[in-house]
Amino acid sequence: MSIEFLVASAIAVLTAAGIYLALRGRTFPVVLGLAMLSYAINLFLFAIGRLTVNRPPLYEKGVTDYADPLPQALVLTAIVISFAMTALAVVLSLRSFLETGTDQVDGIVEADPPQPDREAAP
Amino acid sequence: MIDALIAAPLLLPAFAGTATLLFRRRRRWIGAAISVGSSAGLVLLAMILMGQAIAGEPTAYALGNWPAPFGIVLVLDRLAALMLLLTAVLGSAVAAHATLTGLDRKGWHFHPLFQFQLLGINGAFLTGDLFNLFVFFEVLLIASYGLMLHGQGAQRLTAGVQYVIVNLIGSTLFLIALGLLYGITGTLNMADMAVRAAALPPGDMGLLRAGGLLLVTVFALKAALAPLHLWLPRTYGSTAPAVAALFAIMTKVGAYAIIRTVPLIFGDWVGQLLLPAALVAMLLGFVGLLAARGLRDMAAFGLTGSTATLLVAVAQFDQRAMAAALFYLPHTTLAAALLFLTIDLVIRWRPAEGDSIVPTSAFAGQGRLALLFLAAAVALAGLPPLSGFIGKLLILQASLTSPYVIAIWALVLGTSLLAVVGMARAGTTVFWKQGSCPPTSKNRTAFRAIEALPAFFLLAMLGGLTVAAGPATAYADATSRQLFDVPAYVGAVLGPDAPGAVR
Repeated sequence: MSIEFLVASAIAVLTAAGIYLALRGRTFPVVLGLAMLSYAINLFLFAIGRLTVNRPPLYEKGVTDYADPLPQALVLTAIVISFAMTALAVVLSLRSFLETGTDQVDGIVEADPPQPDREAAP
Repeated sequence: MIDALIAAPLLLPAFAGTATLLFRRRRRWIGAAISVGSSAGLVLLAMILMGQAIAGEPTAYALGNWPAPFGIVLVLDRLAALMLLLTAVLGSAVAAHATLTGLDRKGWHFHPLFQFQLLGINGAFLTGDLFNLFVFFEVLLIASYGLMLHGQGAQRLTAGVQYVIVNLIGSTLFLIALGLLYGITGTLNMADMAVRAAALPPGDMGLLRAGGLLLVTVFALKAALAPLHLWLPRTYGSTAPAVAALFAIMTKVGAYAIIRTVPLIFGDWVGQLLLPAALVAMLLGFVGLLAARGLRDMAAFGLTGSTATLLVAVAQFDQRAMAAALFYLPHTTLAAALLFLTIDLVIRWRPAEGDSIVPTSAFAGQGRLALLFLAAAVALAGLPPLSGFIGKLLILQASLTSPYVIAIWALVLGTSLLAVVGMARAGTTVFWKQGSCPPTSKNRTAFRAIEALPAFFLLAMLGGLTVAAGPATAYADATSRQLFDVPAYVGAVLGPDAPGAVR
């Protein structure tokens, strides 16, 4: 099995799981799905510079084969942004759960909703 | 020196936003003054830059002096200058409105978020690099999450969760598209990508098209085209109307990105998919306007519909249609913002009914509001005498050569009728019918006429656009020519010796 096949199937599985979870009705699976999607994207961006091994990361004089450094910079930016965004989504869904009493994404209260644990708070 | 001025629309809100952070507890009026002053300064800057853009070719400014395909460039051309000016005018009106109505005191950090929102929007209009465009999209989205939730409340939070999730998925798609495009062209600079995309081997064209379509999908999500429009009415209908007025420019960021990237890199085949989506979104938007039971929902649907009208013209990717679109773009933004500001005043000045479309007993300032509402309705529906009529006329005229001419004419005219009926019904119900409930107690906040000043300012801008329709169409024509002149753009960014810059 080639390394391309492994990376590609890892991205595919992550993306499929991410899409499935992002389509769920509750906020927690949706947030998990977004996280999975962002992992898939990070891997994908990493792979766009082509999968190579044993090459210097930067261009130097006399070096003909070198790994493309730009995708790694892109991945770093994407990781930072998606990390912050996941944190925001978590906080927002928590606030929304505490204020509306439901963790449904569309805010519609179901028949037997889980209640926020108000007694635990001081 | 004058080239470095291109970076000023990014630096001014960045510094002003940071400075307003200092005044978050005490002396809040200083923070508000900085914010309004910075927005007004942006108008001035945008006018200077527009003067520079009119003078001739696109100008590029290399940040950090790294040459073009390697470093990030800011590119100023006629389109960017137009969008900057529009953002600055809208931003000043909304900042003044928020300060006058006290919206900025309903929660923390209104002004910093507002300034960073302007920073993100200006950056998206100026950048010449696709990944940088993604970063500025994120900046404006992060600020917009904060602004959208400003003031809070359960309904706003629920809508906010959806808004955030939809945009996170949009950002994910954006990154996939960028990855694909970088993988086959090996560059992220727009001009460089245009050159390399034209020289791709036929085997890679499929991937280029897939990447291009993904990218356009993301932009269509921002511009709320069908079937990606569902997030917009709920988001804009639940946020504070003044914030929604600023968000009127956000759908145009999506439209701008389509206008910028498609003729440059991908070519007009994208229009075959974009045009039906825009037509359906236009119909859905104005049907929603007719069916809405609240004023804010009505305005949100009207914004969806009028943005889709704009994209009907854009999606033809024809020089005349693009010129019509570029004339209609500032009009539709200002009209939607005017409608949102008017609705905010209705909610504030009316005794108790909130934003629902129900008869009201007479209240102070009713005449002024009725006038503003009438003007906003006339502008949004595209009736004479305001500039929307000219814009829609230009769009209809430019569509004559399109294969979809019957559908475009039928839907543009039909939806205008829907808009007239919907707005007339809302206006007569709110302003003419006498409510049965007695006038409420006196302990409400007193009616202050000065709050209507920003709305009248926007109305004056619309009037100005109507009076100056001649120069404005000439500007739009020249902008459209410049947009389809890819070698000039490539030459400005990569230098006149670049392979694609040969004239």
